[in-house]
Amino acid sequence: MSTSALFSFSPATTWRKNLQLRLVTITIVVSTTVLSIVGILLVNQVTSGLLETKQQSALAEATAARLEVQRLLDASDAGLVAPNSTRIVDSVITALAIRSGSPGIYDALFLSDPDLVGVPERGTELISQDSIPQALRSAITERDRQAWAYGTLFYESGVTKPGLIVGSPVTIPRVGAYELYLLFPLDKEQNTIDLIRQAVAITGIILLVSLAILAWFVTSRVTEPVREAALIADQIASGDLDQRMQVRGEDDIARLAGSVNEMATSLQRQIVRLETLSQLQQQFVSDVSHELRTPLTTVRMASEMIYDARADFDPDMARSAELLRNQVDRFDVLLSDLLEMSKIDAGASPLIFGALDLTKLTESLLQEADHIAREHSTSFSFSGTANALVFADQRRVSRIIRNLLVNAVEHCEGSAIDVQVATNESCVSISVRDHGQGIAAADIPRVFGRFWRADPARPRTLGGTGLGLSISAEDAALHGGQIDVWGLPGKGAQFVLSLPKTQEGKIIQAAILAGAP
Amino acid sequence: MSQRILVIEDDQSIAEIVGILLRGEGYEVSYCADGLQAMSAFTAVLPDLVLLDLMLPGQDGIDVCRAIRKVSGVPIVMLTARSDSQDVVTGLESGADDYIVKPIKNEELLARIRARLRSIEIPKVNEVTIGDLVIDIAGHSVKRGNTSISLTVLEFKLLVTLAERPWQVFSREVLLEEVWEYQHSADTRLVNVHVQRLRAKIELDPENPQVVVTVRGVGYKAGLA
Repeated sequence: MSTSALFSFSPATTWRKNLQLRLVTITIVVSTTVLSIVGILLVNQVTSGLLETKQQSALAEATAARLEVQRLLDASDAGLVAPNSTRIVDSVITALAIRSGSPGIYDALFLSDPDLVGVPERGTELISQDSIPQALRSAITERDRQAWAYGTLFYESGVTKPGLIVGSPVTIPRVGAYELYLLFPLDKEQNTIDLIRQAVAITGIILLVSLAILAWFVTSRVTEPVREAALIADQIASGDLDQRMQVRGEDDIARLAGSVNEMATSLQRQIVRLETLSQLQQQFVSDVSHELRTPLTTVRMASEMIYDARADFDPDMARSAELLRNQVDRFDVLLSDLLEMSKIDAGASPLIFGALDLTKLTESLLQEADHIAREHSTSFSFSGTANALVFADQRRVSRIIRNLLVNAVEHCEGSAIDVQVATNESCVSISVRDHGQGIAAADIPRVFGRFWRADPARPRTLGGTGLGLSISAEDAALHGGQIDVWGLPGKGAQFVLSLPKTQEGKIIQAAILAGAP
Repeated sequence: MSQRILVIEDDQSIAEIVGILLRGEGYEVSYCADGLQAMSAFTAVLPDLVLLDLMLPGQDGIDVCRAIRKVSGVPIVMLTARSDSQDVVTGLESGADDYIVKPIKNEELLARIRARLRSIEIPKVNEVTIGDLVIDIAGHSVKRGNTSISLTVLEFKLLVTLAERPWQVFSREVLLEEVWEYQHSADTRLVNVHVQRLRAKIELDPENPQVVVTVRGVGYKAGLA
């Protein structure tokens, strides 16, 4: 039932069956993607905006600082005495520190060309030389012009900060080439960017959660009624015809509920009408059964008594007694068969299941049918198998086998009748094979028809009603079984009844194949 | 002295023809056509066997059967129009020993009646035990310790059959042959219902039977002492 499937706990099944889960998941996935893209773009935009401003002012400051330093250096060259390089370098750093202000907007490093040996190098604060990326240094020394790069600033105190490093080549007259580096810490900007990132992320998460809740809520509004409709339809299908959906409002959902209810009402009306008809039919059948059987009981007992006394009658009267008894018997069988047929048609034929050994059952039925066989100068040969167990209604199965045996006796024309019981994994089969007149291929589909006879000109010697095989086929079908037929004119016929071993079992293949040699 | 049979049947012609048949066999036949008068007819006649129609005016056959069972273990054979109806099971559960489906075959009716009237052949031993019960076959009594248990004729026969051969497992078919004296496979519901009724009387705990034990898939056997 789909009711249980709705609440199944296997994840794959839940995914396939739960529309709401699917919709909400899709919403979350799509909005996560969109929000991530928007967030990343936003943060990038802000970052590049911030850095660009910083970069421009840093480059301008670097250019100005270089010019001042260069002027300072050029001025130091005015005297005749070679300038003290240490003093010059110190004065440069001091000048730069003054430019930077307090707290300084940048640190400075004044480094000599790596080829110069024994010349002083200075820096403001406790900035470490490791802060200058090697690539930047070589770019400045090789191309002899200003260059910049983002990098990490290392301080002697162990602190590190992100920063912008601008380097320019400077020359100290009569000393050599120096590089002037201005290191602008960007930690404030980094903090701002982190803050913005955080804000964007938190906003994104809040948006996502509210979207998920919204999606859950909206899909609930749609899937809940659909689920309810499915549940109600299931309950109606399993016979609880009074179930109805609640109709709230006037929207599409309410219309769905209304339609489901209308359908249920109309179904209920039809079913109740059919049930009443079927009950009337069953009641009628039961009444007819009792009403006809009561007079027939007396007629039958009286006819038997008259028959038993026929030795005292003259021959015509004796024959009349015989005819009377035979035809009353036949009437009785016909009545039983007709009632049985109409009960099957009305679906009023519950099966009483029990364990049944078909070999043992067939043996006792063969004993019972032995005198009929002898009257028709034929005989049965039987081969059974042990443990031919099925779960079936004994009365009905006996009736099927009895019908097949009597049918064979009637059509065997004195030839021997082979009866066989065999089993396989799924079923037990019993075959009844005669070597008499046979059945034309065209007639095989019709043998189970009501009141059908192979040869209308031929008398029914055993008083068959023409309903026997038809009832047998219905009985077999009620058990989930089947009757296979084979026949060839002049070669005889074979009927194979197969019954599943268990009550709900299925027959995969009959254990005896009709027509197999 | 000829045996008495009470025919409780509302259809006069059936009652009459059954009467003719039974008298022809030497039985003494009494009639009752109304369910409400069935009990007074029963106490007046004290028959050896009751032939009971299920559909009766006044009070139906099931209730009549229960009423008779309250006072007597006499064999009851019921007549029914259909063999597959719930009536059969209800009838058996209310205490009937056997059932015959209408229309009736004379021979069959006589055979069933003879089987129900036949008393148990007294074996060499007169007393057998089954579980913690002692059965006095000639005295037709069953006792647990000093308490005697009253059984119908059929229940007694069923219990004795099991008790006499404690080593044997009886299939339902064999019990039908030995207790009901059927020649061919008949309705095994007879056995199921009567074993249940018997257990309700003799078992200390009918849910967990110790005297009449079920052998799954085979049938029944006597429990160990």
